[in-house]
Amino acid sequence: MNVPTMADMMAQGKQPEVLFWVGAAGSYDDRAKKISRAFVKILHHANVSFAVLGTEESSTGDAAKRAGNEFLFQMQAMMNIEVLNGYEVKKIVTCDPHSFNTLKNEYPSLGGKYEVFHHTQFIQDLISDGRLKIDESTLQGKRVTFHDPCYLGRGNDVYESPRDLIRRLGVNLTEMKRSKSTALCCGAGGAQMFKDAEKGDKEINVLRTEDALETKPDIIATGCPYCNTMMTDGIKFKEKEAEVVVKDIAELIAEANNL
Amino acid sequence: MQYLPNILFAIALIAGISFFVMNIRKIFRNINLGKEINRTDNKPQRWKNMIKIALGQSKMVRRPVSGFLHIIVYVGFIIINIEVLEIIIDGLLGTHRIFQGFLGNAFYGFLIGTFEILAALVFVAVVLFWTRRNIANIKRFLSSEMKGWPKMDGNMILYFEMVLMTLFIVMNATDTTFQQAGIGNPISQFIAPLFDGFSAEAVHTIERTAWWIHILGILVFLNYLYYSKHLHILLAFPNTFFANLNPKGQFTNLESVTAEVKLMMDPDADPYATPAEGAEAEVPEKFGASDVIDLNKMQLLNAYTCTECGRCTSACPANLTGKKLSPRKIMMDTRDRLEEVGRNIDANGGTFKDDGKQLLNDYILPEELWACTSCNACVEECPVNIDPLSIIMDMRRYLVMEESAAPQELNAMMSNIENNGAPWQYNQQDRLNWAKED
Ligand code: SF4
Ligand code: SF4
Repeated sequence: MNVPTMADMMAQGKQPEVLFWVGAAGSYDDRAKKISRAFVKILHHANVSFAVLGTEESSTGDAAKRAGNEFLFQMQAMMNIEVLNGYEVKKIVTCDPHSFNTLKNEYPSLGGKYEVFHHTQFIQDLISDGRLKIDESTLQGKRVTFHDPCYLGRGNDVYESPRDLIRRLGVNLTEMKRSKSTALCCGAGGAQMFKDAEKGDKEINVLRTEDALETKPDIIATGCPYCNTMMTDGIKFKEKEAEVVVKDIAELIAEANNL
Repeated sequence: MQYLPNILFAIALIAGISFFVMNIRKIFRNINLGKEINRTDNKPQRWKNMIKIALGQSKMVRRPVSGFLHIIVYVGFIIINIEVLEIIIDGLLGTHRIFQGFLGNAFYGFLIGTFEILAALVFVAVVLFWTRRNIANIKRFLSSEMKGWPKMDGNMILYFEMVLMTLFIVMNATDTTFQQAGIGNPISQFIAPLFDGFSAEAVHTIERTAWWIHILGILVFLNYLYYSKHLHILLAFPNTFFANLNPKGQFTNLESVTAEVKLMMDPDADPYATPAEGAEAEVPEKFGASDVIDLNKMQLLNAYTCTECGRCTSACPANLTGKKLSPRKIMMDTRDRLEEVGRNIDANGGTFKDDGKQLLNDYILPEELWACTSCNACVEECPVNIDPLSIIMDMRRYLVMEESAAPQELNAMMSNIENNGAPWQYNQQDRLNWAKED
């Protein structure tokens, strides 16, 4: 798969249209890597000139910040900003709502001002610019429910972009009882991904998976690599792997278009 | 002697209001113990939010049942204040139903009639509220932080309103001339016959008694606010006005940290440099918050504004899955501690004397703080735009940056970020491997 880096581009004297911020999960986590690849396929298919930082990318510092380590966060932020500004990056797209939120909202006051898009917003723009079409026939008739990531939904009021894309897949979009601004967290946010939960009587991802299963879905659509992991684990816990799949919207689009 | 009632009334009124003002000033003083925060940008949006959320109750109706009942009580409260104005003027001047004269019978009757209907509706709403709180087993009223005073406070407010509404109706029902005029008595006309067997003298005494208890009750209720979650009827307004306008996902970037990080990253900076001549020896900044005075003024105003309705807690994923965290408790603890600090200051002639306690550990436990997913559900849910998450985050910052007291796994995650640029232990040189697989 051809994934150019900013360094490559610079060597050729080129400036890509957009920087794809892959994020740590998208780079290292086996499940999330598939999302990164699906998104790259879409970018290629729509002839978008893009590049990644590759080995020059480092953690945005989001997890450190939510854990309370403002020092580590700002060190990461300033390092990343130096690299991004060095390449004169203007536009960033990412599949990770945590990176999205941090780059978009928390980097500017530290000197990193970019136009930042979540991949669902970016794909939506590709469609409205006529650069991408989604094949409605492949997934037609499937029941799909969408789990809102906290840092995309409540965190940044982005509720429509993912839903718009799902509707374009020709599927049957059903909402959970808690959705949009009242959606329940998957349990991974605020650095919870990296630690065991405090004592309680249930895991949050199991409760959220129950919300999803109530809609009797064929597919649980996600827009965040961490949500994806949490919901996948929830489905396993509920032993529903045979009936329900968890897929990122980028994967669904790549699948619909046979990319 | 003739002016005795007027004088007594004036004394009661002045005493009631002064006591209230004194307490409100205490609240201001306590809020001002917090750190400065600038929330004065974008005034038009701020006014809009206040009008929509505090005045217009837009977030209350997200829960239709309690939202609807609340609006009745709220509208009743606002409108009946016009009646209170008349009572005050009558009380001071020794007049009776002074508005009737210059508003004219028709309009006056219409007004009082409306108040009576509202009073009856408020009564019904309050009884339903009471039932929800005490009988209906609604989970958010049963949490552990709602035992004792908070539970009693909730009920007291309802009893107050029941009594005040009853007195208002009785006062009208026993006002014989008012009943005879037959204007504005849609409810009280049905209560009036209850007093049929009484002497004219007795009915008049009842009317006067109801009138006096009604106004004294209002003064007592006014002063009760200070001790109660009912304070929200006033503070909801500034609280929504000064609420955060940034995206909820955007957390503050601590400026004190920025300064230090810049210094660390600047190759030319001399870490051993002595501060410039004449510069004040800098007080070492405390990172994050361990007590109420480390919080900002907004967070302290939030604490006084909290209605203890528990909408935040009932949306909190950690709380829903049985963890110790309850955002409502975070707000209640913050207020309790702030009031404790305030009493300490009063007792020690205006300065705080160390009492060996703080918000962290003595009120809020690290276990509660670490259970938060920073999902913002509590912030979204709060009908008066309170932000419990910001307090949780500031206290986590203290735990991590001042005490290095993060859970072990988080320490591992953070050292991975520091060493490998990712929360997991992977080599940064492998960061693009995903592109080569498939
Ligand atoms: S932000 Fe934290 S306290 Fe608020 S609802 Fe989410 S988990 Fe609960
Ligand atoms: S913080 Fe807001 S939602 Fe939570 S109890 Fe207080 S008033 Fe209710």
